Amino acid sequence: MADQIIVPKEQDDNVMLSPKGLQRRKFLTLFAGTAATAAVIAGCSKDSNNNDGINLGSGDIGILNYAYALEQLEAAFYTQVIMSQYAGITATELSLLTDIRDHEIAHREFFKNALGAKAIPGLEVNFAAIDFSKRDTVLATAKTFEDLGVSAYNGAGKLITDPVYLGLAGKIVSVEARHAALIRDLISNGSFADNTVIDANGLDKANTPATVLAAASGFLKSKLNGSNLPTS
Amino acid sequence: MNIHHIITELEKADPEVYERLDSRRGVMKSFAKMSGKLALAALPLALGGMFKKAYGQSTTTILGVLQFALKLEYLEAEFYTMGAAAPALVPAGAPMGAITTIRDHENAHVKLLKDTIVALAGTPEAKPVFDFSAGNGSGNGPLKTVFTDYALFLAVAQTFEDTGVRAYKGQAANLMSNNDVLTAALNIHSVEARHASHIRSMRRVNLSNPAIKPWITGKDTGGIGALVQASYDGEEVTTQATINIVNINGQAISVNAATEAFDEPLTSAQVLAIVDPFIV
Repeated sequence: MADQIIVPKEQDDNVMLSPKGLQRRKFLTLFAGTAATAAVIAGCSKDSNNNDGINLGSGDIGILNYAYALEQLEAAFYTQVIMSQYAGITATELSLLTDIRDHEIAHREFFKNALGAKAIPGLEVNFAAIDFSKRDTVLATAKTFEDLGVSAYNGAGKLITDPVYLGLAGKIVSVEARHAALIRDLISNGSFADNTVIDANGLDKANTPATVLAAASGFLKSKLNGSNLPTS
Repeated sequence: MNIHHIITELEKADPEVYERLDSRRGVMKSFAKMSGKLALAALPLALGGMFKKAYGQSTTTILGVLQFALKLEYLEAEFYTMGAAAPALVPAGAPMGAITTIRDHENAHVKLLKDTIVALAGTPEAKPVFDFSAGNGSGNGPLKTVFTDYALFLAVAQTFEDTGVRAYKGQAANLMSNNDVLTAALNIHSVEARHASHIRSMRRVNLSNPAIKPWITGKDTGGIGALVQASYDGEEVTTQATINIVNINGQAISVNAATEAFDEPLTSAQVLAIVDPFIV
């Protein structure tokens, strides 16, 4: 059963397995034949006309592909960090960065398998601007990726309709936050949760997919199209 | 679009619809308000939001989660407030800087949760009386030196942070009907994880123990021991949604890495049992 939840043949089947999905189906039934159906469909198809780039898709599957894209980016980055280690890397740093690489690969492969046939293809990255031989550059980029990843998952939570997927995103985002704090401490001890990332209410950031995808685009040769992702 | 027709159809299929939405008149008022503000294309989204709310969790559930979170934040806030004030406990410099940063976040979380509970027409529960010796009020529990023994203080801090992460994670699904509250809870959740990471790094340095890492390996307590095992039990899983993470797709992912890559939730009952000895 859980297998089906994660590797759906049809997105609608998948959605219907959850309590919310059942509610949604009820609504769709209710609305069939009313003017609302036409309006809903019209509202959706307007966005679908934009086919520029790799389309992440819509609904929960779109959000999972969005997460898959970010994990691909992070995994590729740390793989390169370990392959071409910066000058003066300490044994401790190498050990911790290797752990992070493995976590990101685990996340990437998990999403790939979870999405199955609905997964976007492997992405081409663009790390031309990153000097992997320099500690400062590598850690600054890592900080960007980790803080961005945390804000992406935090912002995507409300866009997810299936509680199982929300739970999975929650299991991953706290690990990304652990990474973010470590990387920040490696750059400057004590900056794990400073006021550049945590506000006066003690809250981390939450960013929309549009903001995150724009920030990630500079590190990707592949162009991502998030125009069908949910926005509320 | 014919809103009246939609509502009539809805009523046929779900006679209780007006208990879910507040009343037919209320629905009409909502629509009138929305159509004044929104372009037609945006209406389906607004519709979705309204029904998600109506069929989602009740405010009672949301308030219950917020009161639960408030209890944990009271615990953390008082713990760090007392720790930072305890003479000769936390070394000056970076350690004291980190502890005061975390203390201030926990106090901010207390305030935010109280304000949110009030905004949802609830009454924030009062701060419990705490016994950080874990003695249920005896003051003579197994942790009675927590404010004089720095290593023990950090061990308890780590446990509170890791437990807090798991506690918020376990409640996310109960907040899905209120996007603002859910997002705020997620934004607290990741801050607790940042704290956990840093406290673990502090322990690693303080104990010169490279086995203590910013993330949780298996169900390892990081050398703290059986007293806090309940806060780590369940973290050892290597399968997520039936997908085995170890060596997934031919990648060299060890058992340790597979457990570290995913943090696991705790139920509110599990968390309350864990913090019970600290509450008088």
